[in-house]
Amino acid sequence: MLKINLLPMKTNSPHVALFIPCYVDQFYPKVGIASLELLEKLGCKVSYPAGQTCCGQPLANAGYERDTVGATRHFIELFKDFDYVVAPSGSCVLHVKDHSPSISGLEKEQEELHHKIFELTEFITDILKVEKLRGSFPHRVGYHASCHGQRGLRLASSSELNQTLFNKAQKLLENLDGLEWVELSRTDECCGFGGTFAVTEEALSIRMGKDRLEDHVLHQTEIITGGDMSCIMHLEGIATRNGQKMKFMHVAEILNQAIS
Amino acid sequence: MSHPENATEFLKDQAKAKWHDETLWFVRDKRDRISKTIPEWEQLRELASQIKDNVLANLGSYLEDFERNALQNGIIIHWAADAEEHNQHVLRILREKNCKAIVKSKSILTEECHLNPYLEKEGIEVVDTDLGERIVQFLNQPPSHIVLPAIHLKKGEISELFHQKLHTEKGNEDPTYLTQAARIHLREKFLGAKVAITGVNFGIAETGEFVVCTNEGNADMGVHLADVHIACMGIEKILPRRKDLAVFLRLLARSATGQPITNYNSHFRSPSPGKEIHIILVDNGRTAQLSREKFKNSLKCIRCGACMNTCPIYRRSGGFSYGSTVPGPIGSILSPGLDMKKHSTLPFASTLCGSCSDVCPVKINIHEQLYEWRQEITKTHGEFGKGLSMKLASGIFKSPLAYKISGSLMRSALKALPDSLIYHPLNTWGKSRNLPDTPNETFQQWYKKNRS
Repeated sequence: MLKINLLPMKTNSPHVALFIPCYVDQFYPKVGIASLELLEKLGCKVSYPAGQTCCGQPLANAGYERDTVGATRHFIELFKDFDYVVAPSGSCVLHVKDHSPSISGLEKEQEELHHKIFELTEFITDILKVEKLRGSFPHRVGYHASCHGQRGLRLASSSELNQTLFNKAQKLLENLDGLEWVELSRTDECCGFGGTFAVTEEALSIRMGKDRLEDHVLHQTEIITGGDMSCIMHLEGIATRNGQKMKFMHVAEILNQAIS
Repeated sequence: MSHPENATEFLKDQAKAKWHDETLWFVRDKRDRISKTIPEWEQLRELASQIKDNVLANLGSYLEDFERNALQNGIIIHWAADAEEHNQHVLRILREKNCKAIVKSKSILTEECHLNPYLEKEGIEVVDTDLGERIVQFLNQPPSHIVLPAIHLKKGEISELFHQKLHTEKGNEDPTYLTQAARIHLREKFLGAKVAITGVNFGIAETGEFVVCTNEGNADMGVHLADVHIACMGIEKILPRRKDLAVFLRLLARSATGQPITNYNSHFRSPSPGKEIHIILVDNGRTAQLSREKFKNSLKCIRCGACMNTCPIYRRSGGFSYGSTVPGPIGSILSPGLDMKKHSTLPFASTLCGSCSDVCPVKINIHEQLYEWRQEITKTHGEFGKGLSMKLASGIFKSPLAYKISGSLMRSALKALPDSLIYHPLNTWGKSRNLPDTPNETFQQWYKKNRS
């Protein structure tokens, strides 16, 4: 699926640009830190290009893709010279690849960017080719598959399709010592975040989130994890409001903590 | 009312909403299990998708083939540009036959054309003979689902309804008992009708025949007892060859209800001696949709309803929340093409989770079309406020400095303001959800301190 030949490695360790989505930057710096440290531990040369804003996804999904030309141009210019761009978010990566408007004068750079931008877990499994991470994380972990990561970037098999089962995050997590993987009743149902959907369809959004949480409670999840903090923020927001005790961590936080 | 308002109303009865979700999930789960017994399932979907792409690319010539072959078989063909013309054709045929009461088997197209009220106004009794359709007809409701029209009703509600309408025992909720009562009631109607109306699942261009798929056999019962059969068919229902049915019949029932095949797959090719078959070929917005490059492949739909069963929104808001003949994800990409203003909230009634596209047996990229409809709708019907705040956001995101200032303002505001203000009722996020704790520094600030 990758055009690796487009991207000659300049040294033994490729130069990775860390793309930290705006809400992670503002609300979850710990997830940015964990992503950075994790990639460094895995031998990558990582930079965080200054001046990052937002990829434009909230606007595009609300029907204003045409207003994201400025944000998209800025994004391409910021990241075009790196070997890879990696983000702890499937959703934002999907937006950059599928829904950013075409930028005149930067067509070549934009095309290249679409082949070298990755969500964190797929970068680790598919590019770094990490088969197994050694570490310990003795907890019962329930995984929330973000729809954009799962069905958009195909980070995991989809329950609707007749295909061999796979899950890139699970592959990295399940080998950690002591980690118990929780099997859910509905493995890949949406949590109801959905960007502006969370406020424009508030009642549905909350109901969907509560239903996801119930599934985790039923299967004694201790920590809910996932690859997108937007889903986690929504689920955690409902859980804390209702006094539910489970914990929430991004996959990067678990991996970074486990292998240190 | 808009979709969010309807959904909020639906969710007020929490127990019933949960039951609705679980009932439809059960159907989706059955579909998953049976589709996984077919090793070539994904190839079948791909093949079906390609056949339908071919149909849409050559629709005009296939329709001409179909008409020519059907005429040779002795079938009478009518063309209808819109719902009104469709209804006029039906009424004219009924008047010619001096017919005052008809039986109808499930046809979403006749719902789309609002045929029932049209005929009733002309003094004609219309009886829907599919059990679920009859139930909603008794209630003066439209179907809430295209395959399971009465899925929004519980056994107890149907028992009470039949008690009133068919004088069944009060409180008897036994499905066999209730179905038996419906059978007896419908038998009388079947025997009295001179004209029967059906929909069409597939029209075969090479033979001029058409296929009607039902589980209850009500289409066949109606058609065989009547002198005249009127088949109402959307022009996109064409398949090129009879052998294409081998692909579509395998996909249809498995996707719809998780059955291997519908109980009755009846082929109608030519009328019996002394009887008549009419086909009304209806456009009603279909060629307009065909001309919209981004949306045309919505016409590949075979009306299995799988996207409704899988949709986390549909399951929790019910079919009526959409306010369109075809509800759910597929309806949300078809309906704006008919009336964009009326259906402007539908493409937003989705998280773009993509489950509909993965479940679709003809691989319609439903969630991508929902995204594309949003882009169209905001051009003409964008609410002013939403448009303005989005414009501001677009200004912020293209400038790092503006982003920094607004981000830090927001975070310090969240830190400083009392909860009562943050969780003000006007703040929709905070109504039933907490906001994340506000960290002392952003990642950008941390990075500057620690890595550069």
